[in-house]
Amino acid sequence: MTTTVVRARGLTKRYGSFTAIDGIDLSLDEGRIYGLLGRNGAGKTTVMQLLTGQIFPNGGELEVFGRPPAEHADVLRRMCFIAEAQRYPEDFTPAHVFRSAPWFFEHWDAAFAERLIADFRLPVKRRIKKLSRGQLSAVGVIVGLASRAPMTFFDEPYLGLDAVARHIFYDRLLEDYAAHPRTVVLSTHLIDEVANLLEHVILIDQGRILLDRDADEVRGSATTVAGARAAVEQFVGERPVIGREGLGGLASVTIDGRLDHAERVRAAELGLELAPVSLQQLIVHLTGAELAESNQKEVVA
Amino acid sequence: MDESRPIFLQIAEQIENDIVDGHVAEDAAIPSINELAAFHRINPATALKGVNRLVEQGLVAKRRGVGMFVVPGARERLIERRRAEFAAEYLRPLIVEAAKLGIGVDELAGMVREERILT
Repeated sequence: MTTTVVRARGLTKRYGSFTAIDGIDLSLDEGRIYGLLGRNGAGKTTVMQLLTGQIFPNGGELEVFGRPPAEHADVLRRMCFIAEAQRYPEDFTPAHVFRSAPWFFEHWDAAFAERLIADFRLPVKRRIKKLSRGQLSAVGVIVGLASRAPMTFFDEPYLGLDAVARHIFYDRLLEDYAAHPRTVVLSTHLIDEVANLLEHVILIDQGRILLDRDADEVRGSATTVAGARAAVEQFVGERPVIGREGLGGLASVTIDGRLDHAERVRAAELGLELAPVSLQQLIVHLTGAELAESNQKEVVA
Repeated sequence: MDESRPIFLQIAEQIENDIVDGHVAEDAAIPSINELAAFHRINPATALKGVNRLVEQGLVAKRRGVGMFVVPGARERLIERRRAEFAAEYLRPLIVEAAKLGIGVDELAGMVREERILT
């Protein structure tokens, strides 16, 4: 029943001797909200540029809406890409941007755009180069939402947006997505803020996919166990460990895998504290290799 | 929302609580998927998964074009299930902690009798 809108196999992008994207396999289904997560320079933007046909791959196969995206107008027409630092023509105002948007996006909803302009209190007659960083981000967010493109990419869309404006973005995105389902790919560093909006999480590190799972599966998939060292080690046993810290007789170990009720009771009986690992913490554990190693060297009090 | 458990389970539990408490009467409508998604700021697919769990258990049912409704008898079934889980969920942890503090079963029973919670 679900339609796959993006299919990539062995997708590779090199810049000289640097491999930005290293043979990834990827598939995106229609009508879901994806989180594309990873550290700076991990390859998130490159993936989105490949998917939107802005750059050509060096290897592998890529189909978006059933065809290679680059140079296929009928594929590109169905996509909207909101870049972190979108450039606009000299002397443009937000009003110009919104007036020209329907030329590019056939589903453009001008009334929705008006409502968003009011929500974000965006001065539409001011020149874009005079806008604050947050207001500039708001222009992009409004275009991304009101375009209602079947496939919308938000690449770090909210640099400079304050907490109120970000929550307006989340609320409007959810509302409008519910009324007009479409595929959304959201790349952001504010993982905890968006964790509940995402249906699926793709984690990229050094051009490779580290995690490609439903958000519901990721949630609660890791737990931090803390307490007296001997008790912690006894409880952890042979379980896969993704992070380890210690101070004197105390240890705190993050384990991969869900705990069932009996195990929770047992942890309580051993006097151990169990703490859930948020998506953001999990990603820090998974992508902070050097960090994790330095934590291995335990501090002896 | 509790970070350690899938959100869809928490959505299902929350609606179950509303049914047990009588906040949502039998035969009454539960909130729509979009209302749940907007209120909890969660993906609608997650809200749907939570509600579908209740549908699978026969606690709520869809009425075409109007929404999801609480099935008659749902409250009683939920209470029955929770009674069955009560010992493992509440009693055992209580006894474990009491034992750690040197509180025996008789003393514990006395404490339970003395503790009056107004409901």
